[in-house]
Amino acid sequence: MSTIEIRKLTKKFGDFVAVRDADLSVAAGEVVCLLGPSGCGKTTTLRMIAGLERATAGDVVIAGQRMNDLSPEKRNIAMVFQFYALYPALTVGQNIAMPLHYEKVGKAEMETRVNKVADILHLREVLDRLPGQISEGEKQRIAVARAIVRDPNCFLFDEPLSRLDVELRHSMRGQIKGVLSNLSKATVIVTHDQLEALTMADRIAIMRDGLIEQVGSPHEVFAKPANVFVASFIGTPQMNLIEAQFKGYNNGKAKVVFDQQDVDLSVDPAVANLAPGKVTVGVRPRAFTVVSQDTQDTIEALAELIEPMGAETLIHARTNTGSDIRVVVARHNRVKTGEVLHLIPDRAQTHVFAEDGRAVRA
Amino acid sequence: MASGVSFWERIGFRSGGGVGDAGWGRTLGVAIVSLIYFLPVLFIIFTAFKPQELALSVPPTLSPTSFFGLIPDQFVFSPTLENFGSVFSRVMTAGGAPEATGFDRFFFNSIVIATVSVLLALVLGTLASYGFSRYPLKGNDTYLFIILTTRMLPAIVVVIPIILMFRAVGLAGSYTGIILLYTAFNLAFTIWMMKSFFDELSTDVEDAARIDGSSETKVFLKICLPQVVAGLAATFVFGLILTWNEFLFALLLTGPDTRTVPVAMNQAVASGGRGTDWTLLAAIETLFLIPVFLVTFFLQDHLLRGVTFGTVKK
Repeated sequence: MSTIEIRKLTKKFGDFVAVRDADLSVAAGEVVCLLGPSGCGKTTTLRMIAGLERATAGDVVIAGQRMNDLSPEKRNIAMVFQFYALYPALTVGQNIAMPLHYEKVGKAEMETRVNKVADILHLREVLDRLPGQISEGEKQRIAVARAIVRDPNCFLFDEPLSRLDVELRHSMRGQIKGVLSNLSKATVIVTHDQLEALTMADRIAIMRDGLIEQVGSPHEVFAKPANVFVASFIGTPQMNLIEAQFKGYNNGKAKVVFDQQDVDLSVDPAVANLAPGKVTVGVRPRAFTVVSQDTQDTIEALAELIEPMGAETLIHARTNTGSDIRVVVARHNRVKTGEVLHLIPDRAQTHVFAEDGRAVRA
Repeated sequence: MASGVSFWERIGFRSGGGVGDAGWGRTLGVAIVSLIYFLPVLFIIFTAFKPQELALSVPPTLSPTSFFGLIPDQFVFSPTLENFGSVFSRVMTAGGAPEATGFDRFFFNSIVIATVSVLLALVLGTLASYGFSRYPLKGNDTYLFIILTTRMLPAIVVVIPIILMFRAVGLAGSYTGIILLYTAFNLAFTIWMMKSFFDELSTDVEDAARIDGSSETKVFLKICLPQVVAGLAATFVFGLILTWNEFLFALLLTGPDTRTVPVAMNQAVASGGRGTDWTLLAAIETLFLIPVFLVTFFLQDHLLRGVTFGTVKK
């Protein structure tokens, strides 16, 4: 079976720990995105899976076989590089055929297979050109073609779309997803673009400072972030994270104080077990309802900046002690600058994070 | 680019729009400066074709033709090939028969010694620089610096210990000796040149080749080497020019059979007690120019790309 498993994988460069005890398993046919800010260790993790970096500790298991000591050419994997890494002196056709040379495939079969992937990725016209003579989008497709031309154990993508412009990125995202869904191989995609991860992945592993912070489906990491970092990293506009004092839990509501406002918020019942103290309350900008001023338990904020985004409007508001709150409301909701907003957060989308940053959730 | 280029384009006369973008004025300026640079070479080449008695004539004869009467007769000489003949065979003693001078041998020596030592340095240096570039040692830069120090001292400073060492191991006067010495000297230059070329390459391409199934040897031979051809050509030409013209070590470390042209040239004009034979000297020099000129000419495309490599990022 084409699966990838990494166990307690660690990479140190001198004293610097790039990846620490990473555990992840990717099933056959599953696409997992490693998502995180630059320098979080995601590419290093990918390179360890590929065998381009040696793991300091831990295991890489591909298709049931421990691969730690095998060099990349013996791992039977396919990888797409951020800068495409096309062989500059070879034509597009030869570039795509390159991995087949090492598989010792016959000439006729080589041609059939190159033509087949060229058809899938619309590269038929450029097969005889050199990489220097084609567009960025075509280069990207060649890199993908070169990966899927063989029958590897798994696919690895390192920031595959980061060099494309927005429009191409959209269409390539769809194309890659389509191609991958037909191949039923374990696939790992490294990206720093959450939209890419959310749209392409079956599961997302979010990394920070060498640690995998959360692994879950796109829906899970968005709806149930495991900690403050994941909450702040996933979702645009960013989740509002408000530091507050937790006073106690009563009748499904948490009594919290922030910015001298005393508010009872509907929250997850698990919050009942939390000792009073410092917490972070996270509310997505789209989870607020603007209500009239006589409603109870609202958060008050002054609308300072209004950014129409088309279907919705983003409002930057400020509480009376100066915390920023981002609120997204529907287009027809005409809020004016200087207006005081009374906001009620949706219970299902109100997250309470304990002092150590972990989400408090049942 | 390689095939469709005519002779004239190769030597810099390019047809079509690109030429003359700088305008006639600047072109003229550059032409004048180039002529000043080239004048000594040109004068030597002309001297090689002059009859011996005109070599030091005052005013000097300047041109083999009068350009349809444009140049006054007193500046015109009638060209002769006699000097080239006497490079290889001439009368050594008054009234004697012409004798072979051995210059065919010396030219052969120069070509073999320079080519072999530069190629050897290129092979060793390319491998070494690939190592320095891809598998850095602890204190990589220190080693590179130490390698370069061999070129920091003037040759004259190290020549005496080298002679003593070569005598001690019996290498003085042999082909092996001088070739090894030149190889060692070219190595420093080769490693530094080639390392910068390897450093410029994208390691992603190499990683891709590894994943596609290449062994380390194949990565080097099939992926890296083809990308640094320009660098190899540039290094080869510069190394060749340096080695080709080297005089001091050749003077002291070659024997009568292994003598190179620069040394033989010196001895040919200094002997005989008749003063310097300028036309003979000019003829030797003219012949001496040809091999390096040809190599440079044929590697020109690579050379220009090589020298400017890395200055422009895609």
